[in-house]
Amino acid sequence: MSFFSFGQSAEIDIVLNDAETRKKVEHKAEDGKKDKYFLFYDGETVSGKVNVTLKNAGKRLEHQGIKIEFIGQIELYYDRGNHHEFVSLVKDLARPGELTQSQTFDFEFTHVEKPYESYTGQNVKLRYFLRATISRRLNDVVKEMDIVVHTLSTYPELNSSIKMEVGIEDCLHIEFEYNKSKYHLKDVIVGKIYFLLVRIKVKHMEIDIIKRETTGTGPNVYHENETIAKYEIMDGAPVRGESIPIRLFLAGYELTPTMRDINKKFSVRYYLNLVLIDEEERRYFKQQEITLWRKGDIVRKSMSHQAAIASQRFEGSSSIESKMQAQAQAQAQAKEDGN
Amino acid sequence: MGGCEHHQLGETSDEKGQVLLSRFSLSQSPSGSSELKMSEPTVADTRRLNSKPQDLTDAYGPPSNFLEIDVFNPQTIGVGRTRYTTYELRMRTNLPIFKMKDSCVRRRYSDFEWLKNELERDSKIVVPPLPGKALKRQLPFRGDEGIFEESFIEERRVGLEQFINKIAGHPLAQNERCLHMFLQEETIDRNYVPGKPQ
Repeated sequence: MSFFSFGQSAEIDIVLNDAETRKKVEHKAEDGKKDKYFLFYDGETVSGKVNVTLKNAGKRLEHQGIKIEFIGQIELYYDRGNHHEFVSLVKDLARPGELTQSQTFDFEFTHVEKPYESYTGQNVKLRYFLRATISRRLNDVVKEMDIVVHTLSTYPELNSSIKMEVGIEDCLHIEFEYNKSKYHLKDVIVGKIYFLLVRIKVKHMEIDIIKRETTGTGPNVYHENETIAKYEIMDGAPVRGESIPIRLFLAGYELTPTMRDINKKFSVRYYLNLVLIDEEERRYFKQQEITLWRKGDIVRKSMSHQAAIASQRFEGSSSIESKMQAQAQAQAQAKEDGN
Repeated sequence: MGGCEHHQLGETSDEKGQVLLSRFSLSQSPSGSSELKMSEPTVADTRRLNSKPQDLTDAYGPPSNFLEIDVFNPQTIGVGRTRYTTYELRMRTNLPIFKMKDSCVRRRYSDFEWLKNELERDSKIVVPPLPGKALKRQLPFRGDEGIFEESFIEERRVGLEQFINKIAGHPLAQNERCLHMFLQEETIDRNYVPGKPQ
């Protein structure tokens, strides 16, 4: 903002080229307010236009250069002065000079690396943003535009179940099982609790999802625990031999993918906490880490694609005969799927 | 007899002699299944995990966590200034850690205080509070019976019952000799050796 009313000042506006088609997602700000931002993935190009609008028509704007930056940075709340930039790209839009009228500048950051997911937490924030700057002698004109980055994974090759026998000697023995150790954000946790020995008076049992955000290194490590979900799975006293099922849908909760040692600055990990509470409000619990990952949207395969796959099963055959057979098969299979 | 057309299964011929194909049944592929399998599931499998069927004697038998302690039948013993009240403590349990499944002892308030101190010193548990000591009631020149007032004894009885049931059910307290001595031995040996029950 210019303090000199008789000078020239300008407004900057950043517009993406694919603003019409690019998807927007909701992201929570530091103060808890939700807003929508353009969604990007690793490797995607970020391109658009910087519109510089002069406020006072007719007057010239002198400047020391106009540039646009693409920045990915980590900010620790207890150390606000230091921003850790892990991505920093810059494009010069104009050499030092003057603008006589409002002008638009094109920019393109090609195939930008975005290695981490955007994250706003209790003690740390990781964000990506575009920053356009008109450098001036006394005060720069700056405009920032935040974007959100998601990191995608595919189904892990190895995804063993978690199965363990735990308890207190002669008092309580249970065997718990969760069907996987790695879950995507819209997955379902399917499991069971099997009671081998019950010598305490259990009142109810619940499973909690705990998020642990770790910041700092060495002796200055700080863990912030947050209970994301509390889900009662049993009400009443169980006896030996009883099996209690677990079915917990993750899509209903605010979760992020597991983040391990991001740029050596922070981690976000998730734990399932199985808690049994007895008649005297005593709590018996077992915590187990799970890995959360983000799945990309699946595009449904079309009919003709399915027919093409089926026809490939008739080796080397390109005759009309086998293609008709293949399509008949695919149609029969599709009918079956639809039922 | 007119023109009799003979048709072989799967073949019909029209006047031009072309062979029209009739519908073939689905053939089995070498893998034994004609299904097209997707490489990734689109809907999560939420079926329950397999579990062993429960033994009926476990399902309908008495639970293995039975523990009930009654504090009742207060009796004031002695005369004058040396009077004190004792309470009957009846414990019924099927927990294997207790030697007697049914026991009965008499205890006074200071015995409960002793137990509380022993547990606070030797175990890691947070011991619940006892009903008050009521020192004011022990001062002279009161209009009532002081600590032998019926309503006060009843109040104290309830508090002691809550206290002992809470403590006796704690797995860590069950591992202390003082608790077993308090609940099941006729007299408390204050010179005992603290530790695990034999």
